[in-house]
Amino acid sequence: MKPVETGVNLRPVVEVAEMSVKFAGEPPVIALDRVSLDIAEGEFISLIGPSGCGKTTLLRVIADLEQASSGRVMVNGMSSHDARLARAYGYVFQAPALFPWRTVLANVTLPLEVQGVPREQARETARMQLERVGLKGFESKYPWQLSGGMQQRVSIARALGFEPKLLMMDEPFGALDEITRDRLNEQLLRLWEREKRTVIFVTHSIPEAVFLSSRIVVMSPRPGRIVELIESRLPADRRLDIRETPEFIDVAHRVRLALRDAHD
Amino acid sequence: MSRIGSVWPFETPMTDAAVLPRPRAATSTASTSRVLPVLTVLATLMWVWYAAAAWLNAPQVIERVLSDQPGWGLAELLPLTWSMQRPVLPAPHQIVLDMWRSIVDWPLDSPRSLLFHTGVTAASTLLGFVMGTLLGLVLSVLIVHSRTLDRSLFPWIIASQTVPVLAIAPIVIVALGSMGLTGVFPKSVIAMYLCFFPVTVAMVKGLRSPGVMELELMHTYAASAGHTFWKLRVPASLPFLFPSLRVGIAAALVGAIVAELPTGAQAGLGARLLTGSYYGNTVQIWSALVMAALLGLALTGAVAWAEKALMPGGRK
Amino acid sequence: MNALPVGMALAGHPGRWAFFALLLALVVLAVVSLRRLSALDPKRWQVRFATPLLFGAWVLLFWELLTQGFDVPKVLLPAPTVVWVSLLQGAPTLQADFVQTVLHSVLIGLTLGSGLGFVVGVLIDRSPFLQRGLLPVAALASTVPLVGVAPIMVMWFGFDWHSKAAVVVVVTFFPMLVNTLAGLASTGTMERDLMRSYGAGYWRTLFSLRIPVALPFVFNALKINSTLALIGAIVAEFFGSPVSGLGFRISTEAARLNMGLVWAAIVVAAVAGSLLYAALEWVERRSTFWHPSIRVG
Repeated sequence: MKPVETGVNLRPVVEVAEMSVKFAGEPPVIALDRVSLDIAEGEFISLIGPSGCGKTTLLRVIADLEQASSGRVMVNGMSSHDARLARAYGYVFQAPALFPWRTVLANVTLPLEVQGVPREQARETARMQLERVGLKGFESKYPWQLSGGMQQRVSIARALGFEPKLLMMDEPFGALDEITRDRLNEQLLRLWEREKRTVIFVTHSIPEAVFLSSRIVVMSPRPGRIVELIESRLPADRRLDIRETPEFIDVAHRVRLALRDAHD
Repeated sequence: MSRIGSVWPFETPMTDAAVLPRPRAATSTASTSRVLPVLTVLATLMWVWYAAAAWLNAPQVIERVLSDQPGWGLAELLPLTWSMQRPVLPAPHQIVLDMWRSIVDWPLDSPRSLLFHTGVTAASTLLGFVMGTLLGLVLSVLIVHSRTLDRSLFPWIIASQTVPVLAIAPIVIVALGSMGLTGVFPKSVIAMYLCFFPVTVAMVKGLRSPGVMELELMHTYAASAGHTFWKLRVPASLPFLFPSLRVGIAAALVGAIVAELPTGAQAGLGARLLTGSYYGNTVQIWSALVMAALLGLALTGAVAWAEKALMPGGRK
Repeated sequence: MNALPVGMALAGHPGRWAFFALLLALVVLAVVSLRRLSALDPKRWQVRFATPLLFGAWVLLFWELLTQGFDVPKVLLPAPTVVWVSLLQGAPTLQADFVQTVLHSVLIGLTLGSGLGFVVGVLIDRSPFLQRGLLPVAALASTVPLVGVAPIMVMWFGFDWHSKAAVVVVVTFFPMLVNTLAGLASTGTMERDLMRSYGAGYWRTLFSLRIPVALPFVFNALKINSTLALIGAIVAEFFGSPVSGLGFRISTEAARLNMGLVWAAIVVAAVAGSLLYAALEWVERRSTFWHPSIRVG
């Protein structure tokens, strides 16, 4: 199913063409089976599917954290390997993965240090990012002094540090309680609206996917294939109470059906 | 503790071409992948040893033997460096030969036989190990069940691990000697108190390892302290006990060897090391050392084997 | 210093029964006081320290009373007061021994051996093949009485502290190597992926991530090594050291039956060992403050 072009930038940010990931075994394990997907600039894409459907693998291949067995992946017109070295994206993991021996500020400056950004400039940028995610004043705390939700916000601030155009998030809010999750969903959406970054978001929560995304990619259980691409016509500036509207429920229903079909 | 060697391959280029799935490793290749590195390391060690022996022994050889033989080359030098009487570094085959001769050429009860000395050291080690383990077990049970002992004595036992307890060895030898106790007993006393510290500390930790949930479970069964001890604490403590036994027997061996030193070199591997160093008999020192290493391996291996036999399920 | 006439408990002495009565009273007092103290709340650190210290004090008291009262020969066990006097009288000798053994053999050997173990660990971290080869050898080395290399080291480096330091290097190398490798391997995959997503190279990841994570393991090995180093140096001196040193002092004075000085040397060695360990603990707390086992937050 061909995706809709946004028209602003004709070249997709991410192009995945007939990409497969196979692991050795008797018989070989096919994590992803000839997946093709184009992601345009400024889209918020959710990858959703049951456990083991390969959505995380797909994200990791785009991020050059895993290798494809066949097919092609291009990010910003480069191979995913070159894109990683060119620091084209920010990646947020399922857990905050903060370094406990660094303060919150030092954690956010980490990627900037790796890039060779001068120290004062890095710290300025880090302070800005922390303020953006609402953590001003926590710069000299240590990660273990913060709650789970705050730690995850720090890791998002860290991922935004070098202003990547592409943000990849792997179930970032999965370990949090529902209320914190809702709040962070809203903050993330506000951020996306303000800055129009491209976001690829992996989740297994239907309401989260529908709330956040402009387009939802439904995947099948192993071997992972893209089963359906669902456009979300919901207005861009959503609030949390949109989740009770009939339009929202309709989209969520379509996603649920697609998931069920994929399962059969 | 994660696998050692699981370093992420940092510079793996992405290729367009199909990457074939890795062939599944059959069990035979898996075990060679464990044995081959060790063999490589050991083989390299052998090479380095021979080279080092040649280099270190060369000055003496040149000075003593070859200086009056003009026109000598490497072909004459090398074999000589590996067959000296009192080398700076004996070649491996010299050590093996000396060990073989001292085992085979003499009867078992002769003080010239290496096996005799090994037996002496092994006897005090084993006796000390058994005594130390028993003492450690009894003490750990007492500590776990008596709050007084736990708060007043146990901190000292933990603190004593930072103190060179082995330094007391000469005192023990002299004190027991003055009471007329010589021979195997004082040496095993030293081996005993070296071995009982790790066993006590590990057993206390192990006996206390059952969590609150498990203890409350026993409580709901109205189990007595004895029941709880035998059915819960003791099985839970076994995974802690066995590693400490391996540490304990290695410590007991060191204790037994060191205990042989102050008495002025009578019998045992420690004594043999000492006489070798007094008379400058380098090869004898090395044979005694290799024998002590083999003894250590054998004893630790025996404990490991006992562990496998007594805990067929393996450690958690 | 003797308030008590020596040999009070021996047969024929007039004050014999008074002495036994005193002993009995003290035993009761000791047991009661220890039980009372142990029952107090251990959460307060004062209670935690006071109980073993009180126990130690009682042990010293009974030691003194029993050795003096039964006139125990000094060869068997000298009284604490005798040891104290020997300590004061032998201070200059013991100080020289301390410098020789602890400052030279132990500290230098410990630094060299641990440093070497750490460096080799970092170097072979890149080669799983070498790790698979060296780790079994290192495990084997821990079952072998490595102090036995002392005579060989004396042959190579002479009788002075250099040979003892060499023994310490051999003894401390392997525990540090094994722990460094374990520490470097303990980094989580997520954190490693994180550095990879930044395009960070091997050395960058090593210094920013893997070495900090390995520090708790390194300190664990350092603490083990501090004890091994002290034992190694002292035992190496048992093998022959005509110069000076705590081990030398212990073995030669024991042969001369000068037990007061022997015990004094042991006290010096024990205090040195505890101080070294405590110093390492202090450094560990400062540099691995973030580790769950150390932090409070």
